[in-house]
Amino acid sequence: MATTKAAATTRHRELGLSDDEVLAMYRAMLLARAVDERMWLMQRAGKIAFIISGQGHEGAQVGTSWAMRRGQDWMAPFYRSIAATMTFGMSAEDIITAHLAKGDDVSSGGRQMPGHYGGAPYNIVSVSSPVGTQVLHAVGIAMAAWVRGDDVVAITFYGEGTSNQGEIHEAMNFAGVHKLPVIFVCENNGYAISVPLAKQVGGLSVAARAVGYGMPGVTVDGSDVLACFGAAREAHARARAGEGPTLIEAKVVRLTSHSSDDDQRRYRDPSEVEGLKEHDPLPRFADQLRQLGILTDPIEERLRAEVKAEVNEASRRAEARPDPEPETAAGGVYAAETR
Amino acid sequence: MAELNILEAIRQAMDEELERDERVMVLGEDVGKKGGVFGATEGLWAKYGDKRVLDTPLSEGLIAGAAAGAALYGLRPVAEMQFADFVYPAFNQIVSEISRMRYRSNGAFGLPMVIRMPYGGGVHGALYHSQSNESYFTSTVGLKVVAPGTPADAKGLLKAAIRDPDPVMFFEHKKTYRLFKAEVPDGDEVLPIGRASIARAGKDLSIFCYGYMRFCALEAAEVLAREDGLEAEVVDLRTLRPLDVATVLGSVERTGKALVVHEANQFGGYGAEVAAVIAQDGFEHLDGPVTRLAGPEVPAVPFHHALEDWFMINPSKIVDAARALAAY
Repeated sequence: MATTKAAATTRHRELGLSDDEVLAMYRAMLLARAVDERMWLMQRAGKIAFIISGQGHEGAQVGTSWAMRRGQDWMAPFYRSIAATMTFGMSAEDIITAHLAKGDDVSSGGRQMPGHYGGAPYNIVSVSSPVGTQVLHAVGIAMAAWVRGDDVVAITFYGEGTSNQGEIHEAMNFAGVHKLPVIFVCENNGYAISVPLAKQVGGLSVAARAVGYGMPGVTVDGSDVLACFGAAREAHARARAGEGPTLIEAKVVRLTSHSSDDDQRRYRDPSEVEGLKEHDPLPRFADQLRQLGILTDPIEERLRAEVKAEVNEASRRAEARPDPEPETAAGGVYAAETR
Repeated sequence: MAELNILEAIRQAMDEELERDERVMVLGEDVGKKGGVFGATEGLWAKYGDKRVLDTPLSEGLIAGAAAGAALYGLRPVAEMQFADFVYPAFNQIVSEISRMRYRSNGAFGLPMVIRMPYGGGVHGALYHSQSNESYFTSTVGLKVVAPGTPADAKGLLKAAIRDPDPVMFFEHKKTYRLFKAEVPDGDEVLPIGRASIARAGKDLSIFCYGYMRFCALEAAEVLAREDGLEAEVVDLRTLRPLDVATVLGSVERTGKALVVHEANQFGGYGAEVAAVIAQDGFEHLDGPVTRLAGPEVPAVPFHHALEDWFMINPSKIVDAARALAAY
């Protein structure tokens, strides 16, 4: 135990993270989880039409996003990116507002279905539903920064199911050719809705594909926040040094069904679902921090109380926001309204 | 005034915009050292370097998607699809992403970008180097679609497209690239997107056309004047989306007869929209059936010259259609 503690102690400090920072990362994960859980409740209560969850992905998302520079770097997320977009600047209220499709929702003004985040103020590209399209946008942003000589890194997120899209191949190849400053994060939760990895990925490893694109492919335990941060920090440094892109395959667990319209008991064994909890990134990180004495019962209590209050306040404020006016649906097609 | 062909005009527009605005960049297959398979970007790579005139792998989805990313970042990319026939791998990006980025972000993210595409037949390009696929894009809300037919229009409209805050599909009929030279105004002449032009004034019937069809319609109008004493008005639409409805209806009001001509097949083609606008809003001025002359209902242009000639719209087919309509 003492050895583990020593190793762990060195670990976050070696990664350049202070005790306060790792505690802040833990809080970010708690908050993302609490927002996620609150939205399921709101969905069950009929307030939210649909939810696509990020539960189980928080470690990978907070860990990798923490290595990015808010307001300077860019993010092209996907529909599970609750924790990633929140780490990059979106608030609990932004996320809940998007799910309620309110008129002043920063993501889309109520135009898109839940889970389609985005925000110009945060450099977060608007999410769509066809999977993998955003990866080309991240590469285009990285290309633009490279053309202009700007110190900007793009990060993009997608699942292992999406990794089979042709656009991913096009994106990664081009990024490899020009050594563009972009980080590809594949959150591999083992399932593309109902189809398991073995029927999705011929070689069973997404990271192994990287070599063909001329970039390193790193596999990390996506439930290990610090491992994810370390991989992303290294990828970020490589990108800034002109050494090109990195593919990070973060092995995560999908703790919920694909979405609120899905029931994973139809295709996953109950024992398999039960076993997922062992890989939940939240208790794992909590244990690490407790071993170091960074997290204690009083701190945990305080954090949970803060997060609960924040989510209560966020949902109260989000629900109070106005619905969009029907006639606003006609606007915003072109910069100047021509047809 | 310089005498240029359409290809030279397009190249000059890109050159001047690259020079004027450092946010402008060109990307596509073979656009760099080679200068493009048609030569549209010739000389630009040497002048602006291999970042601003960027050769891409054979990945059309990437060309469109990376251009979208660059536009999000604040650049003004000009992407080239080597042939309009090869745009389909990029269709997902163009339709699902590029056309609706502004709408889906409630106005937060606009995409100032251009996709240039050589289209059309008559150059022995067969099924996969001859397509006129503009109607996929004219029916996509959020895009603007431009199809010039003269060197001056090509230059002025491409400059406007590059400066436009929204995505523009820029269709260049490859048969017109070196077909003729015409005067192009010197200096920074930017033509507004969304305005048709009266290529030839007339009182007996209106011929609505764009791209290479403008050239054919003008030839046909000459024959009609000489042999039939018919004064055909040739309206070059220039921009397909947004359609210049006022100019279209104004012409119908003068002539009472409308012939819509395009090389793409008729069923569900762009001409159907023009015809419907005229039928609905110009009905009281009509003195004959709104008529379409379009490419035949085969999947694409066949190769052998006898087959290709059968396919292509030409001045003589336009003369025949115009005579029938005038006689109504």
